[in-house]
Amino acid sequence: MAQIIQLLQSAIVFGTVILFGCIGEIITEKAGNLNLGVPGIMYLGGIAGLIGTFFYESSVENPNKILCIVIALVCSFAASALGGLIYSFLTITLRANQNVTGLTITIFGSGIANFYGGYLNKLAGGVGQISVKTTSEAFRTTLPFATSFGDFGKVFLSYGFLVYLAIALAVIVQYFLNRTGKGLALRSVGENPATADAAGINVTKYKYLATCIGAGISGLGGLYYVMDYIKGTWANDGKLESLGWLALALVIFATWKTVNSIWGAYLFGVLYWMYLYIPGLGRSTQELFKMLPYVVTLIVLIVSSLKKKPEQQPPASLGLAYFREDR
Amino acid sequence: MTKEVKTNAKIPLVRIAKRTNISRFKSWGVRIIAVIIALLINAIVIYSITNLNPIEVYKSMFLGAFGTSRRLWSTVKEVAFLLCISVALAPAFKMRFWNIGAEGQVLVGGIATAACMIYLGDTLSTPLLFLVMVLASIVAGAVWGLIPALFKANWNTNETLFTLMMNYIAIQLTSYFVAKWENPYGSNTVGIINKTTKAGWFPSLFGKEYMLNVIIVLALTIIVFLYLKFSKQGYEIAVVGESENTARYAGINVKKVIIRTMAISGALCGIAGFIGVSGASHTISTNTAGGRGFTAIIIAWLAKFNTLTMILISTLIVFLDQGAKQIVSDFSKLGINDNVADILKGIILFFILGSEFFVNYRLVFRHKHAHEDNKVTE
Repeated sequence: MAQIIQLLQSAIVFGTVILFGCIGEIITEKAGNLNLGVPGIMYLGGIAGLIGTFFYESSVENPNKILCIVIALVCSFAASALGGLIYSFLTITLRANQNVTGLTITIFGSGIANFYGGYLNKLAGGVGQISVKTTSEAFRTTLPFATSFGDFGKVFLSYGFLVYLAIALAVIVQYFLNRTGKGLALRSVGENPATADAAGINVTKYKYLATCIGAGISGLGGLYYVMDYIKGTWANDGKLESLGWLALALVIFATWKTVNSIWGAYLFGVLYWMYLYIPGLGRSTQELFKMLPYVVTLIVLIVSSLKKKPEQQPPASLGLAYFREDR
Repeated sequence: MTKEVKTNAKIPLVRIAKRTNISRFKSWGVRIIAVIIALLINAIVIYSITNLNPIEVYKSMFLGAFGTSRRLWSTVKEVAFLLCISVALAPAFKMRFWNIGAEGQVLVGGIATAACMIYLGDTLSTPLLFLVMVLASIVAGAVWGLIPALFKANWNTNETLFTLMMNYIAIQLTSYFVAKWENPYGSNTVGIINKTTKAGWFPSLFGKEYMLNVIIVLALTIIVFLYLKFSKQGYEIAVVGESENTARYAGINVKKVIIRTMAISGALCGIAGFIGVSGASHTISTNTAGGRGFTAIIIAWLAKFNTLTMILISTLIVFLDQGAKQIVSDFSKLGINDNVADILKGIILFFILGSEFFVNYRLVFRHKHAHEDNKVTE
C-alpha cells in the first residue's frame, strides 16, 4: 500500500510537469499551430523563473515567499510567451514552416537554459550549487491539513499549489474551448482559417494570442520542474527536454482535450515510474519500461486514425500557414 | 458624376504579395544578407556574454573549426555525419512527408551496426563483416521508417506525430542495449567496441582516419541529388509532394511512392547510423545521434531538398558547434559553457527561416497615388 501511494505521488509530480506543457500546446494546436518547440519553451520557462528568483533571493536578506512565487511565475510566463512570440512571428507573419521553426525554438531554448543554468551554477560555486531554497520551499508548501487525512491526504493533498493550478487550468481551458464564443472562434481558426476569416474572425490575432498564451502555460511546466521536481536547482542533463517531448505526446494521447490530459499525465507518470516498483527488473529491462508512455501514445494515435471519429482528429489545418490570398 | 470616396484608411500601409519569379542571384542575396545580419546579432550576443571583442571571438571560433589539420578533420567528420542525415531526409521531405524520426532511424541503424561489431566482430572476415553491418543498418533504418509510412499510406495517420514518437522508442531501445552491452560493468556506457582488434572499424584511407566517411557521404549526396532530379521515381516524389490528387490523376500509385520513399529515407538514416558508429565513435549511446536528427530536419528544409545546398548549411551549423567549443576552452576563465553554440545556432536559423519570406513574397507599400485608384464612379 505504501508503495502504491509513493508511486501515485511521484506520478502526480511527474505528470504535472507535462500537464502544463500539454495544456499550453493544446491551446496552440487548436489554433492550427503545431509548436514542436515545447521542450525549448519549457526550458525557457524553467530557467527564467530560476534566474528571476535567484537574483531576488541573493539581493535581499529575508526573501518574501509570496514575492518569490510572483516573481517566478511572472518571469517564467513572460519568457516562455516571448519564445511563443518568436515562433508566432516566424510562422504566422513570415509564414515559415512550423515544424522547422518549432525545432529551432527547441534548440534555442535549450541552449539559453543550459547556458545560463551552467553559468549560474558556476556563479554559485560549482556544479549543482545553484539553489533557490526559499522559492522552492514556497512552491512545495502543501495544504496545511494535508497530513490529517491519512492516505487520502498523501495522495491528493500533499503537493504544492501548481499541481492544483494545472488541474484547474485544464478544466478552464476545456470550458473555454468548447463552451464560449471565443473558444469556438479559436477552434475554427485551427480547423479552417479561410472560413473563419470569411466569418470575420481575425485569424492572425487568434493565432498569435493562442500561441503566446499557450507557450506561457507550457513554460509553467518548466517552472514546476525546476522548483518542485528538482527542488530549486539546475542540472544540464536534458531531462526537461525529454519531458517536453512527452508533453507533445500527451497532446495526442488526450486527443486534444485538456480534461483528458489530466488523467493522461498521471497515467504517463505511473507508466514512467512503474519500473521502480516491479521487483526483479534488470537495469536494461527498466529502460524498456520507460518506453511505455510513447508506445501507449502511438497506439492511441493509430487507433484514433483507424476509427476516424471527427472529435478525435487533430485540428484540420494543423501545421499549415494561412495566407488569405493563397487560394 | 464622379465622386471621390475616402477609402485611403482601408488600404494598409504594407501589403504582402507573392513573388511570381525571383532570380537565383536575388534569392541567394536575400539569404546571405540574413546570415550576415544573424552573425552581427550573434556578435552582439557574444559581446554581451563575454565582453570580448566579437571579431576576436569569431577568429577563435574559426580557428577552432578549421585552424589545425586535426580540428579541420574533426569538423569534416561532423559535417559528413550531419550531412548524411540531412541527405537521408531529402526524399521524404520532397514528398512533403514530415519525417521527424531521423533521430530514431539513425539510432536503430547504429544499434544494428554495434550489434554486428559485438557479436560477429571476431568471427567474420572484414569484407563480410562490413557487408553484414551495412545490410543490418539499412534494414533497421528502413523498418523504422516503414512503420509510420505504412500507417500514413493506408490510414492517413499523422506522420509528424508518429515519427516523433518512434524517436523516443528508439532512444529507449538504445538505453536498453547500452545497459545490456555495458562495458566495463557499472559504467553505463558500452565503451569503445573492439578496442584491440578494431574489427568493424572504418579503415583509414590515404592516411586520413575519416576519409572513408567523407567519400561515402559525398557519394550519397550526389546519388540522392541525381535520384531526385533526374530519375522517374524522383519525379513521382515531386508530384506527390506538390499534390497527392494530381499524382493520383496522373496515374501514380501514391501509396507505393510513400512507402518506397520512406523505406529509402529510413535506410539512408540507417547508413548514417552505421557511419556514426563504425566510422566515427566506435561506440553506441543515446548521444550517437545527439539531436542531429532534429538539426538535419532544419537543414533539409532550408536547403529546399537540394542535397548540394545541404553541404553549405551543415558546414555552417558544425562551424558554430566546433567554434563554440573553442570559445569555451580559449576563454575558460569566463565560466561559459558550450551550450552557447545552441543559442548562436538558434539565432542564425531564425534569420534564415525568416528570410525565406522575403524570397517568396514581396512587400508592396501604399503608393502616393493610391487615392486615385479608389475613385468610385457612380
